[in-house]
Amino acid sequence: MALSLHKEGIAGGRLSPEQYAENFSDLHPPLDDHEALVEADRCYFCHDAPCMTACPTAIDIPLFIRQIATGNPLGSAKTIFDQNILGGMCARVCPTETLCEEACVRETAEGKPVQIGRLQRYATDVAMGRNKQFYTRAAPTGKRIAVVGAGPAGLACAHRLARYGHEVTILEARPKSGGLNEYGIAAYKSTDDFAQAEVDYVTAIGGITIENGKALGRDYRLSDLVEAYDAVFLGMGLAGVNALRAEGEDCDGVADAVDFIAELRQASDLASLPVGRRVVVIGGGMTAIDVAVQSKLLGAEEVTICYRRGKEQMNASEFEQELAAAKGVVIRHWLQPRRVVADGGKVSAIELEYTTLDGDRLIGTGETITLRADQVFKAIGQSFVPEPLNGASMTVELERGRIKVDAEGRTSMPKVWAGGDCVADAREDLTVSAVAAGRDAGESIHRALTSNGRA
Amino acid sequence: MADIRNNFVGIKSPNPFWLASAPPTDKAYNVVRAFKAGWGGVVWKTLGEEGPPIVNVNGPRYGAIWGADRRLLGLNNIELITDRELQVNLQEIKQVKKEWPDRALVASIMVPCVEESWKAILPAVEETECDGIELNFGCPHGMSERGMGSAVGQVPEYIEMVVRWCKNYTRMPVIVKLTPNITDIRYPARAAKKGGADAVSLINTISSITSVNLDTFSPEPSIDGKGTHGGYCGPAVKPIALNMVAEIARDPETRGLPISGIGGVTTWRDAAEFLALGAGNVQVCTAAMTYGFKIVQEMIAGLENWMDEKGHRSLDDVIGRATPNVTDWQYLNLNYVAKAHINQDLCIKCGRCHIACEDTSHQAITAMVDGVRHFEVLEEECVGCNLCVNVCPVENCITMQPLPAGTLDKRTGKPVSPTYANWTMHPNNPMAKAAAE
Repeated sequence: MALSLHKEGIAGGRLSPEQYAENFSDLHPPLDDHEALVEADRCYFCHDAPCMTACPTAIDIPLFIRQIATGNPLGSAKTIFDQNILGGMCARVCPTETLCEEACVRETAEGKPVQIGRLQRYATDVAMGRNKQFYTRAAPTGKRIAVVGAGPAGLACAHRLARYGHEVTILEARPKSGGLNEYGIAAYKSTDDFAQAEVDYVTAIGGITIENGKALGRDYRLSDLVEAYDAVFLGMGLAGVNALRAEGEDCDGVADAVDFIAELRQASDLASLPVGRRVVVIGGGMTAIDVAVQSKLLGAEEVTICYRRGKEQMNASEFEQELAAAKGVVIRHWLQPRRVVADGGKVSAIELEYTTLDGDRLIGTGETITLRADQVFKAIGQSFVPEPLNGASMTVELERGRIKVDAEGRTSMPKVWAGGDCVADAREDLTVSAVAAGRDAGESIHRALTSNGRA
Repeated sequence: MADIRNNFVGIKSPNPFWLASAPPTDKAYNVVRAFKAGWGGVVWKTLGEEGPPIVNVNGPRYGAIWGADRRLLGLNNIELITDRELQVNLQEIKQVKKEWPDRALVASIMVPCVEESWKAILPAVEETECDGIELNFGCPHGMSERGMGSAVGQVPEYIEMVVRWCKNYTRMPVIVKLTPNITDIRYPARAAKKGGADAVSLINTISSITSVNLDTFSPEPSIDGKGTHGGYCGPAVKPIALNMVAEIARDPETRGLPISGIGGVTTWRDAAEFLALGAGNVQVCTAAMTYGFKIVQEMIAGLENWMDEKGHRSLDDVIGRATPNVTDWQYLNLNYVAKAHINQDLCIKCGRCHIACEDTSHQAITAMVDGVRHFEVLEEECVGCNLCVNVCPVENCITMQPLPAGTLDKRTGKPVSPTYANWTMHPNNPMAKAAAE
């Protein structure tokens, strides 16, 4: 076999081109017309629907499903976009099993919820496929808003402001827009360059300019924006990655999961992307699952997730855990990294210590285990890096390490709003939550700039 | 084991499931397949008079409406009577009857409303040795424009006249198939009886347009951009048929007249309901056209199992058992009080009962109790209308529970009376007769 399936170390080309293509095809293929009708028929059109309450963007789910069932997919898409202009991506990446579909009364009735996510994708695909734009800009207000970060929060904020006739400039540090939609989502959840298509769809409303390669703190300061614009929205996400705090973690073969996921998403040829034969992932969230599953799909022989607490405490949803298991990833619990073992400067194994709870406190038991590994991924959380706020953090107050905002997304600094992963609020770090935050901040900014909504 | 052998006006069949006169019974090939599948009898597709055969449209003949997952709920057709030569049909009828002597084989007939026409065809049909004839006074499309089918069935005097001719010119049992496209089904039934009919069969199809094509603005089915009303049948018409069967069964003037029940029979349960309301057997068409002839196996086994379970030994134990329970509104017991009750263990909290009651009825179901999503009946508002039961997606989650006599009806503030009292005795009725002292 010409392929290097069992090659030691970190290597590319482990699989055939067909295998790569199959492994990274759509996780949930789109519903065809008939499937969508059958599935839409299952919706009970609940009163004050629990699914709608469970949706962070409060999409009117029963209504959009009824519109699909009655052969009105464009009307359905508008119902979705009214609340969530990134409804297309959310349909693909939302952990629906812990949101709308968990709340679906059919989950209660028969353990089989209406497939809301896939129906949402069906409707939004129809509209985006026809490039149907539902919103026109209001007359120009002459107000200018700077948005930092072209991720879900920034795009949602920008779109809402553009609808009201404001002029929006998005400053994005990366070469491409979309934020985590472009760089942070597992490849099999967003195929066919969907993130870029969605950016184009959102900005097609007009009045939104995106400047790529513009990083806060490097290319401009927050004070510049506050001076030059009528309002500023910060949606820059989390730039930092938590360290393992394990001995030897600087050696070759130890990498940040988020970097690997981004690299994979940007790779034009998956065979060129090297992956270890034996991969160990440290962490218990969605990122850990994404990197582990994708390592497996790239041809790694053994992939083990090690999480320092139990199954119940994992941030990754049940569905994601099962997905990982189905792809052949082994998930081990109650293990924390202690030492990365290197051989000639390259990782060869990782030594982990068993953990247990002492009351509420997690402690090591002293017992250790060593797993062979030629690649170790750190997926133990990301953190907000406040430095680019350029000393403005004197006035942009932080809370638990992230930007402090009120219910409308206002920071402590006048004219500055924030939302998405970079803020400290009760919302989870989800695409859909970021969209809700951006949208709501957009509304708040509009109210502030127009004396309560009146221009 | 329950005995489901059927004797309908002397026509015997191994079970009460006949195929109705329709496309499935148009020729020997289909009928033999049906008998092989287990059907107890067939009514052969309607024969017309000697001469150039009928022509049908060459475009679509059927339209439909569907429920969830495209389950066919109602079918509509504009097909006419048989478009094959009379002699071919007669030969095939004779042959099939000879080969299947234990099955019922009835010939449906539709000829112009003149005595000579009936006089001419009846001996030819009798010669086939089929078991009986069914007069097609029902078809609402096409033939009715030519003075036949429902055009006859809508005029009781014509029914009586033609039946009389038939009884005069044949010794075969005469079954009169009635059209539902009429104000009061009892009049044609009475006319059939007066003319000497052995039985009536009903319902034939209902005049209908199933849908309109919103691109072309043509009714469906569309023939070159135009449509016409067709005959509606299938599960959707069953409630209409049940009522008409019951009306005839309980009418003092027609009581005892055998009825062959037709209209949306799809399962054994449907058949049992027709029998209970007074039908002596049932005829099936749409279900067979939707699923094929095999469905009769489910019908036979289902009916037998139900009868065994309930201790009914023969069809006579079942036929007409529900008829005495059909009454006029004015005789319903107004002192019967029922309230909806929601089983909280079964409730999946969809809220449909609440919104139906809140928006369109009596505001008698909660949506939220102490800040928690909770659906519960407010007995002081509940009139017992049953709407919540009907809209609830979970079977037996909401039930109507009668209040025992003596308990307080929280809505009226009065105790439930133990005595029967109906509208004819009600004080609000200006025509009320005093209850018998």
